[in-house]
Amino acid sequence: MYKASTTQFYSYFKYIGFTLMAISLLCLTVTLAGGNTINAVVWGLSGIGLLTTGSLLVIVCSRLPKHVAHQNNGIWQKDATARGISAWVLGIILTSFYILLYWFPDTLHGLIIALEPLSQGLRHKPSDQWFLYGFFYTLAVMVMGVHALLKYRNNPYHLIRTCSVIFFQLGFAFLLPGLLLAFNQPEFYFSYFWPLKYDYLFPGTVGYLIDNGQALGVFMVFWGAVLTFLATPVLTYFYGKRWYCSWVCGCGGLAETAGDPYRQLSDKSKRAWQWEVAIIYPILGFVIITTLLLWINSWSGGSLLGDLSGGFSKSYGFFIGSVFSGVVGVGFYPILGNRVWCRFGCPMAAYLGLLQKHLSRFRITTNGGQCISCGNCSTYCEMGIDVRWYAQQGKPIIRSSCVGCGICAHVCPRGVLKLENGPVDGRYNGTTLIQRDSLNILS
Amino acid sequence: MQHDKHVVVIGNGIAGITLAQKLRARSDCRITVISAESPTHFSRPALMYVYMGHMRYQDIIPYPDWYYKEQKIEQLHDYVETIDFETRTLKLQHSEPLTYDQLVLATGSSAVYYNWPGMQLKGVQGLITLQDLELMQQQTNGIKQAVIVGGGLIGIEMAEMLQSKGIQVTMLVREKQYWQSNLPEKEAGLVTQHILACGIELKLQDELAEILGDETGTVKAVKSKNGEMIPCQFVGIATGVKPTIEFLKTSGIELGKGILVNNFFETSIKDVYAIGDCAQFKEPAPGEPALEQLWYTGRQHGEVLAAVLTGDRKPYIRGPWFNSAKFLNIEYQTYGFVPHTWDEQRYSSLYWEHPAKSKAMRFFYERESGNLKGVNLLGIRFRHDLCHYWLKENYTIHQVMEQLSAVNFDSEFFQRYEPELLTQYYLQHPDRQAPAKQQGWWKLRQHFSLFSETPDNC
Ligand SMILES: Cc1cc2nc3c(=O)[nH]c(=O)nc-3n(C[C@H](O)[C@H](O)[C@H](O)COP(=O)(O)OP(=O)(O)OC[C@H]3O[C@@H](n4cnc5c(N)ncnc54)[C@H](O)[C@@H]3O)c2cc1C
Ligand code: SF4
Ligand code: SF4
Repeated sequence: MYKASTTQFYSYFKYIGFTLMAISLLCLTVTLAGGNTINAVVWGLSGIGLLTTGSLLVIVCSRLPKHVAHQNNGIWQKDATARGISAWVLGIILTSFYILLYWFPDTLHGLIIALEPLSQGLRHKPSDQWFLYGFFYTLAVMVMGVHALLKYRNNPYHLIRTCSVIFFQLGFAFLLPGLLLAFNQPEFYFSYFWPLKYDYLFPGTVGYLIDNGQALGVFMVFWGAVLTFLATPVLTYFYGKRWYCSWVCGCGGLAETAGDPYRQLSDKSKRAWQWEVAIIYPILGFVIITTLLLWINSWSGGSLLGDLSGGFSKSYGFFIGSVFSGVVGVGFYPILGNRVWCRFGCPMAAYLGLLQKHLSRFRITTNGGQCISCGNCSTYCEMGIDVRWYAQQGKPIIRSSCVGCGICAHVCPRGVLKLENGPVDGRYNGTTLIQRDSLNILS
Repeated sequence: MQHDKHVVVIGNGIAGITLAQKLRARSDCRITVISAESPTHFSRPALMYVYMGHMRYQDIIPYPDWYYKEQKIEQLHDYVETIDFETRTLKLQHSEPLTYDQLVLATGSSAVYYNWPGMQLKGVQGLITLQDLELMQQQTNGIKQAVIVGGGLIGIEMAEMLQSKGIQVTMLVREKQYWQSNLPEKEAGLVTQHILACGIELKLQDELAEILGDETGTVKAVKSKNGEMIPCQFVGIATGVKPTIEFLKTSGIELGKGILVNNFFETSIKDVYAIGDCAQFKEPAPGEPALEQLWYTGRQHGEVLAAVLTGDRKPYIRGPWFNSAKFLNIEYQTYGFVPHTWDEQRYSSLYWEHPAKSKAMRFFYERESGNLKGVNLLGIRFRHDLCHYWLKENYTIHQVMEQLSAVNFDSEFFQRYEPELLTQYYLQHPDRQAPAKQQGWWKLRQHFSLFSETPDNC
């Protein structure tokens, strides 16, 4: 933006990028529509290749020439990031994709066969709708990961964190499960565990893993249980829930990369927060009850509860696993913000949040009396936390929903916020440099 | 204060609102806050982010409406035309007259203009109020070039705002370097370089002479004292602010540049007080300014006056000064007082600068006693609490160096430069030995009991 010639240079390549993206959309449409008549692999893979190259060109050419202080310019003035028409169109496309994927996978036939060579190469298995989903998910995290890396390039915390979520998505949620399948082992996602992957501790899954994977299966069950009941509390004690939500989790990974342009859209009202509490904890309760019921039923040989526990688990899978985490959670990114699922639905977030609030060294400290109440922190908090409420009173921010993304500290123009792990003792004590308000409704 | 008393506050800026909040915490009296500018309190320093599209107006409002209802703070969106101190009555532009038992003036400040030829032209304006912001949005829509007059904090903010819209900006700065009246030469030089590197043109040692308009009465160029003609479609005036006191001129209250007050914020009239930008201390402490035009001091004034009004009559003692700002990408923090020039015989300083010219630290102290006087920071964040403590307890530079590793407030994984500063310190003070162990923040925090539930300024 500074020298006319460089600006021109960047905008020139940006247009090439847009053109490539347009061509790729054409290829992908042809693949979708004519899966049986054309060579889907050629058309599909060209489409994907062009889409990746095109979007990377656009991303680099729009982020790099922009000064680091200007990365958020115009967010609330642009249609796409301020709930304008294009945001709604994108939201509808994303939502439709989820609906087709979950309930009408046949319609995606063309794209599924396009990925056949990749699936065979990685997993030695034919491609299916879930492979397609995993592939696009990982691609989105990687491409938009580049976007996040450029946008936050002056901040080491975000560079390292973004690389971490890309690494876990690509390695632990895409390549590793594929390789397990290639070796005829049960598919397993080491970066997810109960209660987020609620069925990992269901008797059915445990039985399947042990029977089909024997020693490895036993290890997987063991690993899942250790992560859930041991590693989670210990790591959360030291670092807060951020070690998982903003560094490892795939849902968090997508939110922090593909969802990053929409973080300002999260609802900050008191009502939204009341809804959050009213939904997320019951969901955690529901997972716990379902898991327990299934075990009781399995131990009693099915005589005790009949199909009741099965019904519980099916409805959880439908309403929470599909509708909430996918269709609403991701499909509505451009309208509701990027962490709707994490904020209102995720049972893992609820579990980690309880630990974070009551048993953790993590807090966001505020820097004495430096806050100017500008509201940047609250605006860019994807979890809808009114960070400013605390900062302007000089109080540390300790909230169960905070995922420790660190963006509030990044956007604050006065350097007021810092994510810290310190002694639990006196962790709620604020600075002596500002008088605090007695009114306290959000805790 | 009894609940049947009516406290009226004119101005819903940080000073007026803090007062109302803190008063409510201590008393159940009736509180009314009047402002002509906006129906509710908003953050003035955040206006620039609305222009740049980082936030919307509703995002810079710190307290939602339910808060004021819950706190029983009445808000009145109206202009106070005159005040009759005899009958304790306010005459308002739209509403019925209002009476008060105690009146607090927190009317803030307005722009200063120096009678330049052409300053009434369309496209010439300052930036202080919400209305200024709206005007600026209209006047800069689609334009190509702009000139900012004045090299201070509001000037650089306006420049950054305009630049975010792709407008070419030229700043006219009277001094040899940007903000040299406040920053020592090295810091001013660093910031000046940064501004230039960001593509803002700086005309140093130059001033506005005349603004030229076209036949429609709109700005078309600026003529500087050095005789340069700079074509532009917008002129931002950022040459300072003055207290808003015009409507009080004939009221009989004692005025200077602002409304004169003592250290309890009492004016010359009984039961009338003034705080924030509009107040002027009759007897400021030596070396301290009579006018404090900052967000932070506005808040402190509000806190102290709330105590005074409820019978806790302690004078306002500023305590160690601090301030912060941002020059495009470079954050600036200052604690205590670092002058722009000093007597080398009496004072000394420890200065470190990053080779990339994006970060700097300066510790300013008395040569003889070693007493720390102030800290300047560019691109590095320090802990306010610890700096405050050092300054309040009269730490020497030598004591400070022993606790240096505790002071950094940058995000995790940022490179730390305090070791380089320490190296510099040992070079300058070869007689000093490195302490056995540097003290960490969490230890110090316990040790000094810096944190408590009861703030110490009231
Ligand atoms: C663009 C800009 C950026 C700034 N950035 C910073 C910063 O980063 N850090 C910092 O410390 N300070 C900053 N400041 C200064 C800071 O904003 C002020 O010091 C602070 O807002 C003063 O608060 P106040 O409560 O005294 O008055 P104000 O906020 O000015 O509020 C006074 C209110 O009273 C109203 N009023 C006046 N007369 C009447 C009347 N007769 N009837 C009804 N209403 C009336 C006015 O309309 C106004 O709304 C900045 C100022 C500006 C303009
Ligand atoms: S409070 Fe800050 S760190 Fe926590 S989720 Fe919100 S923006 Fe992220
Ligand atoms: S971004 Fe910083 S200065 Fe602005 S309200 Fe938040 S903590 Fe305060």
